[in-house]
Amino acid sequence: MTERLSPLDGVHRAAGASFTDFAGWQMPVRYSSDLAEHHAVRTAAGIFDLSHMGEIVLIGPESAAALDFALAGKLSAIEIGQAKYSLLLADDGGIIDDLVVYRTGDDRYMVVANASNREVVADELRARADGFDTNVYDESDDIALIAVQGPASREILLATPGFTIEGGHPDGEDVPEALASLRYYRAIAGAFRGEPVLIARTGYTGEDGFELYIAPEHATALWEALNEAGAAHALVPAGLASRDTLRLEAGMPLYGHELSRDILPVQAGLGRVVALSKDGDFVGRAAIEAGPAADAPVLVGLAAEGRRAGRAGYEVFDGDGADSARVGVVTSGALSPTLGHPIAMAFVAPDAAETGRELYLDVRGTRVPASVVALPFYKRTA
Amino acid sequence: MTDQTALQYTEEHEWIRVDGDVATIGITDYAAEKLGDVVYVDLPVAGSTVTAGTVIGEIESTKSVGELFAPVDGEIVEANQAVVDSPELVNSDPFGEGWLIKVSTTSLPKLLSHDEYRALVGE
Repeated sequence: MTERLSPLDGVHRAAGASFTDFAGWQMPVRYSSDLAEHHAVRTAAGIFDLSHMGEIVLIGPESAAALDFALAGKLSAIEIGQAKYSLLLADDGGIIDDLVVYRTGDDRYMVVANASNREVVADELRARADGFDTNVYDESDDIALIAVQGPASREILLATPGFTIEGGHPDGEDVPEALASLRYYRAIAGAFRGEPVLIARTGYTGEDGFELYIAPEHATALWEALNEAGAAHALVPAGLASRDTLRLEAGMPLYGHELSRDILPVQAGLGRVVALSKDGDFVGRAAIEAGPAADAPVLVGLAAEGRRAGRAGYEVFDGDGADSARVGVVTSGALSPTLGHPIAMAFVAPDAAETGRELYLDVRGTRVPASVVALPFYKRTA
Repeated sequence: MTDQTALQYTEEHEWIRVDGDVATIGITDYAAEKLGDVVYVDLPVAGSTVTAGTVIGEIESTKSVGELFAPVDGEIVEANQAVVDSPELVNSDPFGEGWLIKVSTTSLPKLLSHDEYRALVGE
C-alpha cells in the first residue's frame, strides 16, 4: 500500500521531521525532541498537522435527526457554531469510533473521525442516514487540519495576519474580539487570505488551543504564517509522539487503545456521552440500556514512582507475589513529561478499580507498584 | 568530538571502542534518533559477567523500549552513572558522554566497520 502524504509534507521535510506510519499516512512523529515539543505545548504553544483526520459532512434538512439516530449524543441539541464530543456505536454498544461533531449550519454538520476509521465512519453514517432527508459527503481529501495548542495559542492567532470572520469586518478588525469570545468547544466560520477556514476552539492536549480546517492547497500558507507569527511566542512544530503523551496526561482516550468495539462507553468512563434521555431510537441504545456485565473491566488511571513506565499491553496484578492475580491490562502508558513519574491508563476488574487501590504493573518481568488515581492526571490551572 | 570512523559497530546499532582489553560500548546516533528522547537507562552492575548476544540492559524513550545487547563476552568494568542520572546524554552525545558500559574482554567477535555500518542504516 502506498503511504499517503499530508499536504504539508514538504514543510515537514524542510523542518527535518522524523516520520511514522499512522493509519496509512506518513506523518511527523517528532521534529527534534518529543519532550521539548511536549513541554512547549504545556508552557507556550505547539503546531500540529492533523490532516490525516477524517471529515464527513452532512447537509440536508434532517441532518440533525439523522445524527441523533446515528450517534450516541443528542446532536440536534447543539447550536450552530457549537462542537460536541460523541461516539459512533455498534448495535451491541461497542465503540466504532470517537468523534468531534461541529454544527456548521442549521442543516449541516461536520463529523471529525480518526484517520484509521474514516471509511467505516463514512459508510456507517451513509447507511444510518438512509431514510433521512440529508446527504453524507466524505470530505476528508479536501480538508486539511492544523492545530495550534498551548497557553499562547490565542496570542499566536491574533498575531497572524490574514484572518477575517465570515460576515465580519473585511480587514479583520473584529478578529481579536471574535477569538476572545470564542468559548471552548465552539467554532466560527472565517477566512485566511480570503480562503474559507473553520476556526474551532478544540483540541486533544489538555491545553487551550485552536483547530483550523482549511482546503489542502492553502494549508502550507496558513502553517507558515502561523509559524512566523508564533516565533515570538516560542511556538514549535510538534509531532504525534508529543500529541500522544499530551493527551495521555489529559486523560483523553485514544481509539485502538482505550476505545474499541469490545468496550461499552460506560466502561471507558464515557457514560455521559450517551444521551439515553433523547427521544427515539439510536444505534446501540438497547445494548447501552442493558449495560455491560457486572464484572466487565473499567478504565482507571495508574500512577507509579520512579521512571519505568507501564506501556500498552503490559499486565496489571493485585500483588507482587507468586499468589497474585492478574486484574487487568494497560492500554496507554508513559513516563509523564509534565509530572515526572510514570502514568498509565488500564482496564481493570471493577473490584480493583477504586481510587487509592495499590496495584502492580508487570514491566517486562518486574512488578512495579502503581496506585489507582482519578483521571485526568494533568489539568491546566488557567 | 569522537572519531566515528575509529569505532566498530554491531547490527544492533551499538558502537564499540577498544582500548587494550577494555571495550567501551554505547548506542549509535541512528539508534538514539529512532528511539526518541531517552528517559530511563537500565545497565548491568560492575563485576557482572556478560555473554555476547544476550540482553543486558534497557534503554527507554517516551515512546518505546530498546534492548541493550552485550556485543562481546566479558566482565562489566563500569556502567556510566552519568547516563543513569541523565538519560538525555544518550541523545545529546551518543558517541561521547552518552557511553553506556565498559567491558573487559579478551576476544572480539567480527564487528562492522564505520562504512559497513553506515551502509547498513542506509546513510
